[in-house]
Amino acid sequence: MDELLRVEGLQAWYGATQVLHGIDFAVAAGSVTALLGANGAGKTTTLRALCGMVTTRGAIVFDGERIGGRAPEEVARRGVAHVPDGRGTFLDLTTEENLRVGGFTRGGRRALAADIERMYGYFPRLGERRAQQAGTLSGGEQQMLAIARALMLRPRLLLLDEPSFGLAPKVVAGIFEILREINREAGVAMLLVEQNAAMALDLADHAFLLETGRIAMRGEARALRDDAAVRRAYLGY
Amino acid sequence: MDTFLAQCLSGLATGGVYASLALALVMIHQATRLVNFAQGELAMFSTYIAWSLIQAGVPYWPAFALTLALSFAAGLLIERVVLRPVRGAPALSMVVIFIGLLVILNSVAGWIYSYTVRPFPSPFPPEPPFGQHYVSSHDLGAIGVTIAVLLLVYAFFRFTTLGLAMRAAAQNPESARLAGIRVGWMRALGWGLATAIGAVAGMMVAPIVFLDPNMMSGVLLYAFAAALIGGIDNPFGAVFGGFFVGVLENLLGAYAIGQELKLTLALVVIIAVLVVKPAGLFGRTLVKRV
Repeated sequence: MDELLRVEGLQAWYGATQVLHGIDFAVAAGSVTALLGANGAGKTTTLRALCGMVTTRGAIVFDGERIGGRAPEEVARRGVAHVPDGRGTFLDLTTEENLRVGGFTRGGRRALAADIERMYGYFPRLGERRAQQAGTLSGGEQQMLAIARALMLRPRLLLLDEPSFGLAPKVVAGIFEILREINREAGVAMLLVEQNAAMALDLADHAFLLETGRIAMRGEARALRDDAAVRRAYLGY
Repeated sequence: MDTFLAQCLSGLATGGVYASLALALVMIHQATRLVNFAQGELAMFSTYIAWSLIQAGVPYWPAFALTLALSFAAGLLIERVVLRPVRGAPALSMVVIFIGLLVILNSVAGWIYSYTVRPFPSPFPPEPPFGQHYVSSHDLGAIGVTIAVLLLVYAFFRFTTLGLAMRAAAQNPESARLAGIRVGWMRALGWGLATAIGAVAGMMVAPIVFLDPNMMSGVLLYAFAAALIGGIDNPFGAVFGGFFVGVLENLLGAYAIGQELKLTLALVVIIAVLVVKPAGLFGRTLVKRV
């Protein structure tokens, strides 16, 4: 399979504190990679590093181009969409305006309108609330909106930061079902940071495990799910 | 009764000027969370540019349009050259920069054009329109121009994709950048627009207060009052506040406190709002959890 993203010796800092100590991984086009680890292991930082939101060193190659050190908006324009920690909702805009912001870099009024309808197809709840201020949406709806907004970019790589955070299990299951559908239908590759390791490994093709800024284990998602140590630490059985 | 109506109408005319300048303040505040103390001097400088163009023989309306374009470019340039490098500096440093801009613009205008008070032409006829005597043509025209500008600004932010992107960038810069919006340029665009709106305010008020480098100091104070009344984060509130302060100023000036204390009124309004309702009439109170 084609390699979409390759990361080599990636280090990252928050101010003076080093969080990533040189990690390597790759994401194949159209595949789903899960990024697991305890709190503070550097999962969110890894996603932020890919988007130029923190200071980094090392190589980040997206689709053959080095994107390390580029500004977030330039990374986004190359087809990397980020569903950030905290959801990044534009609270004072309506649901539909949020989606239009997501599609800002793309031309074509008609294609945009069609994509907005496609999002309402994935998430009917958003369609019902299209004219509503996004700040009045529930947490689950805002998470759907964050994913839909990111998809409006027509990304080739979707970075997801804890899409299950703070949501009821039923809502989470629904969101993961749609992510699977988007991955299959549109061929969008995903890099998924998730506390809910069982769900993440179920969706993912590959996975790796971060421990204090280093990769502790990696492999096929199925193999990790069956690994006794991973089970005890992250799956709880 | 006749004087009362006349005072109200001329209050609306100057109120429109306060509204425009207040809107410029709100726009920059939304993008930067700061109040641009140099907004009035920028408007004054724009008005001098218009004056130079008219002196050079350019007819009024082309000079008006050209002034808007030049002011837009100047605002954009100031953001890129002066403010971009100090992005993220503490609020106090920014205040010093704004005050520095104010002083520089004021003295450069005085140096180029001298502090002599000059008349500034109105594009509207000198005799009152429609055979009445309540309101001058300039007052009525200024109200019309202000409303036209406000509607244009509203339509831009409400109906265009670029306007939407600017709103998104002001609300949540980090998330806007993840959507591929070049937030720095949106900020510069906001400065350009605010400066152009200020230029309209300057050109509309100059025939009333006359042209000199200090012409906007009083106007800016009223614009502050207007923006505070409406709530510094609410464009509609700022516009309402502008018209409200304009009428209040005229009525109190005519019937209660006299012309000498009119400027004091602006300060009284500012302090009253800050004490009684700091978020303004239409502003949102931000509650921070600690």
